[in-house]
Amino acid sequence: MTWIAKPAVHHPALPKNTLGLTRRDYEGKISTLCAGCGHDSISAAIIEACFELELPPHRIAKLSGIGCSAKTPTYFLGAAHGFNGVHGRMPSLATGANLANRELVYIGVSGDGDTASIGLGQFVHAIRRGINMLYMVENNGTYGLTKGQFSATADEGSVSKGGETNRYPPIDLARLALDMGAGFVARSFSGDKEQLVPIIRAALEYPGFAFIDCLSPCVTFNNHEGSTKSYAYIREHEFQATDLVPPREEITVSYGAGERMAVTLHDGTQLQLRKLAEDYDPGDRKSALDLIESHRRRGEIVTGLLYLDSSHEDMHARLNTVEQPLNAVSAETLCPGAAELENINAKLR
Amino acid sequence: MPTGKLNEFVIRCANVNGTGSASANTLLAKAFYRMGLPIAAKNMFPSNIQGLPTWYEIRVSEAGHTGRRGSVDLVVAMNPQSFKDDIASVESGGYLLHDSTRPLDPAMRRDDITFLGLPFIEMVQQHDDQRKRLLFKNICYVGALSALLDIEFDVLTGLLDERFKGKEKLIAPNVEALEAGREAALAAFDCPLPIRAERRDTVGDGILVTGNEACALGCVYAGATVAAWYPITPSTSLAEAFGHFCTKLRVDPESGRNNFAIVQAEDELSAIGVVIGASWNGARSFTATSGPGVSLMSEFLGLAYYAEIPTVLFDVQRAGPSTGMPTRTQQADLLSAAYASHGDTKHVLLFPASPDECFELAVEAFDLADRLQTPVIVMSDLDLGMNTWLSRPFKWDDTRRPDRGKVLDHDELEAGKQFYRYLDVDGDAIPYRTYPGTHPSRGAYFTRGSGHDKYGAYTEDSAKYQENLDRLRRKFDTAAQLVPKPVMEAESGAEAGVLYFGTTTEPMREALEGLAKRGVKLDAMRLLAFPFSDEVYRFIETHKTVFVVEQNRDAQLHTMLLTEGGMDPAQLVSLLHYGGLPVTAEFLIRSVLEHLASAADHSAAGAAS
Repeated sequence: MTWIAKPAVHHPALPKNTLGLTRRDYEGKISTLCAGCGHDSISAAIIEACFELELPPHRIAKLSGIGCSAKTPTYFLGAAHGFNGVHGRMPSLATGANLANRELVYIGVSGDGDTASIGLGQFVHAIRRGINMLYMVENNGTYGLTKGQFSATADEGSVSKGGETNRYPPIDLARLALDMGAGFVARSFSGDKEQLVPIIRAALEYPGFAFIDCLSPCVTFNNHEGSTKSYAYIREHEFQATDLVPPREEITVSYGAGERMAVTLHDGTQLQLRKLAEDYDPGDRKSALDLIESHRRRGEIVTGLLYLDSSHEDMHARLNTVEQPLNAVSAETLCPGAAELENINAKLR
Repeated sequence: MPTGKLNEFVIRCANVNGTGSASANTLLAKAFYRMGLPIAAKNMFPSNIQGLPTWYEIRVSEAGHTGRRGSVDLVVAMNPQSFKDDIASVESGGYLLHDSTRPLDPAMRRDDITFLGLPFIEMVQQHDDQRKRLLFKNICYVGALSALLDIEFDVLTGLLDERFKGKEKLIAPNVEALEAGREAALAAFDCPLPIRAERRDTVGDGILVTGNEACALGCVYAGATVAAWYPITPSTSLAEAFGHFCTKLRVDPESGRNNFAIVQAEDELSAIGVVIGASWNGARSFTATSGPGVSLMSEFLGLAYYAEIPTVLFDVQRAGPSTGMPTRTQQADLLSAAYASHGDTKHVLLFPASPDECFELAVEAFDLADRLQTPVIVMSDLDLGMNTWLSRPFKWDDTRRPDRGKVLDHDELEAGKQFYRYLDVDGDAIPYRTYPGTHPSRGAYFTRGSGHDKYGAYTEDSAKYQENLDRLRRKFDTAAQLVPKPVMEAESGAEAGVLYFGTTTEPMREALEGLAKRGVKLDAMRLLAFPFSDEVYRFIETHKTVFVVEQNRDAQLHTMLLTEGGMDPAQLVSLLHYGGLPVTAEFLIRSVLEHLASAADHSAAGAAS
């Protein structure tokens, strides 16, 4: 953690996107998380993805619950409105916000305590509703702010910093998201920027509920020998299932022997995907579930974009709402008026 | 001596729930209304779908008394389970209409009431299935009552025509059942009874509607676009009515798409979260719930209070504590709603007393929530919300526009207008806010439930934190200026006064008349809102004794008056009614007289010693 303020002056040679904005324009306040925290890498990846996608920062809304993860929206996209709500309830705030204005881009940041324990109900129902948002879980398997208790994503047998062994099986949020019908499910690792930035980009472009379970080691409470959420453990046990190819980059042979596929989403967005696992179809939910399970049995953590539904319907499609944001529909349109009220009175006589 | 007489009587239909009695009973109630007579209909139903006793009470009162009277002149006893109790419930001199297909147990007889037996089951034998027999049996007793109470038969058949518009082949068998009942009654009894109806012109342009429908319609007129709710009696019909009205009034004619979004959430925690998220983002949004839901929403209500997000909530109160009696009424959520959430929180409450006021205060709730940037809770109850009331018609002024409060738009930000989220720039303790996405470089802020200073920045600094908390207290003083003023309902310079609100209003009006006949005059003030305005405290200060009437056990309004206004407890006398049925004028008259008698004894004893 640092108290040093960021310099207000930007280097004149910083590259700009077509909006005339530099990466610095996508940053937020300086982080107060522990030095080396995985969450800061995720914030940096969000900044990079939004810069690359040339999203106007003020057209993004950032929402979070409570916990270390919930603090991070302060550290990216300072020109965007942010909402740090109550513990485990970010999904309901995001539902309401999205219903009020479907034109903004919604980034919800949560943690494993916030999503897998106190907010599990809200999480699954947010998926069922199909909110058009990026739902990012910064998953470190531990309660950081309250100093190191196991969370519900901690693996059975994982050892805490104090030497206690976790006796309960973990909740795999990616599997849960698949089961609940999320249209976009990915797992990534805060320590792998090359993989994470393209996944965040794709999630932001995805016109529906896009879930990323991002393993994000807690350097203070859960990065030791015996933890299954440490940098070292994840690096040793990661199995990468897919690789997202940046759209403007030409696909070359140097990408290796994996099978390439292009997916066109129903809003026209194209995603280029390179599949690294055999006998696996990222467009098939069962196949994705099988892949996660078969590697779990081998002690491996599957990462990458795991599942993509190209015909997913978002909440507004299900509710048949108008194109115009509901917060911008005029009072004249919304109010049926005095004459109509007389008709209503007449029917009640 | 029986209470009932021409155009002043109470009938109660005792049925088994789930047998279609509701449509027969509403037909009956509406028939009196169509004859120009004020009615009050109270449905006393179990928390159950089928098979348990349910009662529907209709009070006809030419004098316009639409509170519950308490006693009953005629019971239609159609439920063997409750038969014994139903016989006992008839006022001496009254009547019991029952099915005489099977002979009445002589032990059940009462000499002081008249038993009117008709073979209802025999009358419906021509129908082959049991369900139809049950339905038509109900219509048969309506037919019998039309003879006994002199209900105009054309009115009944006219109502059937309206109800079965589009399903005309249902009209004939219903009319047949009505006639069968009517003819049987005419043949068997000396019709009509002394308690009977005669056409008058006393309902004017009044409408028949429930408070929940009225609240829902108010939300439509206020411009609410996002509703989130979780099913809970007695508020469910409010959310459903909103959906019903929106489907009719809010579908864009060109695209066929909805200018509204309704989310049936996974629980009340989520429902209020959706409302707060939508309101934060500039839409008008609301939820409807009952006491248990308010408990669940408390954490989020604290966030909305502290982060200053407009939030509209309808609390249709029911009998607590805990699950309590979910289908019975109370006014027992005052404290849990006014002070919902941990820490120093206070919320604005509104108290409608009639459906037209439900409509008006629903609209007002949105304006107040936007203006004050805080939760506003409309405190209805089961009696008001779910029962059908004779109400003044709804009114709307087409020049009325929503008050969206202090919101800076793009142009104001562009012009360089200063913006700090929690800064009081003009002394009303209400800061400005901006909607997300308004301006590329100005107006963004971070909303949080954690400690913040007047500029909206995170703080753990005592002085900065406290400065903001003190402004919030001052904002509540502004609220007291803005909320609807109390209504003086009776003013004669009496020594004693009475304070009440919500569904106590109608019985209290009747009680004031009854007390005046006994020579007791009270000044009467009806509360419409919390925080209480100065008029409320002045009313208490200028009366020697003030009765505080509420439908709960713990005198919650009394507590609030003492806490908020520093009133002298010796001045306030609580009259409490909390059995779960609506309070009656009879109870109020008796309670006031008993208190005055005991106070007189007391002072006489004091003078003698």
